[in-house]
Amino acid sequence: MPVEIDIAKVASLARIALSPEELRRYGDQLGAILEHAERVQQLPTAGIPPTSHPVPMTNAFRDDVVTGSLPLADVLAGAPEAEDGYFRVPPVLGDS
Amino acid sequence: MTDPADLTIKAAGAAMRAGELTSVDLTEAVLDRARITESHLHAFLTLDQDGAKAAAAAADAALTGGADAGPLHGIPIALKDNMCTKGIETTASSQILSGWIPPYNATVVDRLGAAGAVVVGKTNLDEFAMGSSTENSAYGTTRNPWDPETVPGGSSGGSAAAVAVGSALGAFGSDTGGSIRQPAALCGVVGMKPTYGLVSRYGLIAFASSLDQIGPFARSVEDAAVLLEAIAGFDIHDATSIRGDVPNIRGSLHDGVAGLKVGIVTELSTTGIDAEVRAAVDQTVDGLSNAGAEVVDVSLPSCEYGLSAYYLIAPAECSANLARFDGVRFGLRAEGATTEEMMAATRAEGFGPEVIRRILLGTYALSAGYYDAFYGQAQRVRTLIRREFAAAYEDVDVLVAPTSPTTAFPVGERAADPIAMYYSDVCTIPVNLTGDPAISVPVALDSKGLPIGFQVMAPALGEERLFQVAQTVEDIAGFTARAGLASSEVLQP
Repeated sequence: MPVEIDIAKVASLARIALSPEELRRYGDQLGAILEHAERVQQLPTAGIPPTSHPVPMTNAFRDDVVTGSLPLADVLAGAPEAEDGYFRVPPVLGDS
Repeated sequence: MTDPADLTIKAAGAAMRAGELTSVDLTEAVLDRARITESHLHAFLTLDQDGAKAAAAAADAALTGGADAGPLHGIPIALKDNMCTKGIETTASSQILSGWIPPYNATVVDRLGAAGAVVVGKTNLDEFAMGSSTENSAYGTTRNPWDPETVPGGSSGGSAAAVAVGSALGAFGSDTGGSIRQPAALCGVVGMKPTYGLVSRYGLIAFASSLDQIGPFARSVEDAAVLLEAIAGFDIHDATSIRGDVPNIRGSLHDGVAGLKVGIVTELSTTGIDAEVRAAVDQTVDGLSNAGAEVVDVSLPSCEYGLSAYYLIAPAECSANLARFDGVRFGLRAEGATTEEMMAATRAEGFGPEVIRRILLGTYALSAGYYDAFYGQAQRVRTLIRREFAAAYEDVDVLVAPTSPTTAFPVGERAADPIAMYYSDVCTIPVNLTGDPAISVPVALDSKGLPIGFQVMAPALGEERLFQVAQTVEDIAGFTARAGLASSEVLQP
């Protein structure tokens, strides 16, 4: 059985503006993919720890020394909009 | 005389040091090959002809002056376009990064520069490395040089095609679920995924951070080893980089397989595998046996769930990694009355369908109420797969299987069916989940004249043994065929 999902909510969480037609199409496709992905639930895994990362390591520290960083102008050169050394964006708070 | 574009790295290096070839001549030959074949293949997104010629001239001058940087000195190579190159556009084949010029180099790019390599260009890929055919590129499909009606595999299809046709002597790709090995198999070249953490991922545009690893494409196993040696080793800029010495890579290359124990992974070698692929794999295994290896069948039952686990873990990680593409710091920006509307519009406009599909899938798998049933369960299955591989390596030295269940498939055949496309990676995904190294070596052609790849897998940091067995596979297969486009009348003046 394809998995039923609230695709509009998922798209909103992912910050992707999709049309109703796109939502329907992606919803159907995701339902079919999740039907396959659900197979992982067939394996008994009680007491099995999760693997998040293939190399067992915890923290990776470097020496606490000051090193150079990229020049500000180089970093801002790729930005869609910049002003006075900052990234510029539309208003954060809307009318609503 | 052999066109220099068709030389191995080893042969080209010997010719340069014997004074029979310059890096400029070699680079010109490779660029000529690209100029002739690109209209058929579209392997490259960017060809840096001026930069390559300048680098080649500098390499020649250095060699004349006695400064030999090693086996990659003056060798023209190509880079998948998801590795940052300072001053050269880097798009990951996505509209959302159209025109983006990185302000810094990926660590592998700096290391290749220090090794004297000449970068000829940036190769096409499935957008953000998500795909198995290079059809998901926002900048057009790459074709397979063996048959332009078929796909080159993916996601590193451009790098595989470039090496197969002679538009580079070696290339680099990234492998998250098979994105180096599967296109290598489909294009008849060697492709290798190193142990997770052996190669720095700094400056690689991230897809799934617990799975991604950079590795080489080459026309021989030894060339692949040389390319890996140039980029392997600890990097302070990558928190997942393994500290300590780089394992010996070429030390046992020609030691053969006598006395080694080789396990055929049953679950990856039978159901769903094309009959001609199975026959070629069986024949290669017989060859290993004749060469003195002990061959046994190995069952890794959890592998059957690898694909399902992968298609939860990789999208989950991608949904987090690709959050950075929001129209603020780099790339495309669409109109929006508020920052949030701008971000949502930018992402809808900038990402292609497969990327959107995976972001949505990952967002769902990580969302409240579903996390444990999907992502958590996939991570526990990953543990089971790791344990089964580790147990197998208690008994055998290496594991083998096909690289891809089929040879190259027609352009368009799987494009509309995501699940059929995902199945292309069924044989390659398990070692991404375990973090182990693996390599694909071309061993035969099928009845359509398309190459078949043989996969060798080894335990983490077992690169020396991996290359040793791969070299033996290359020796016994004696695969010398070249892609149609690299040998046809297309190349005649």
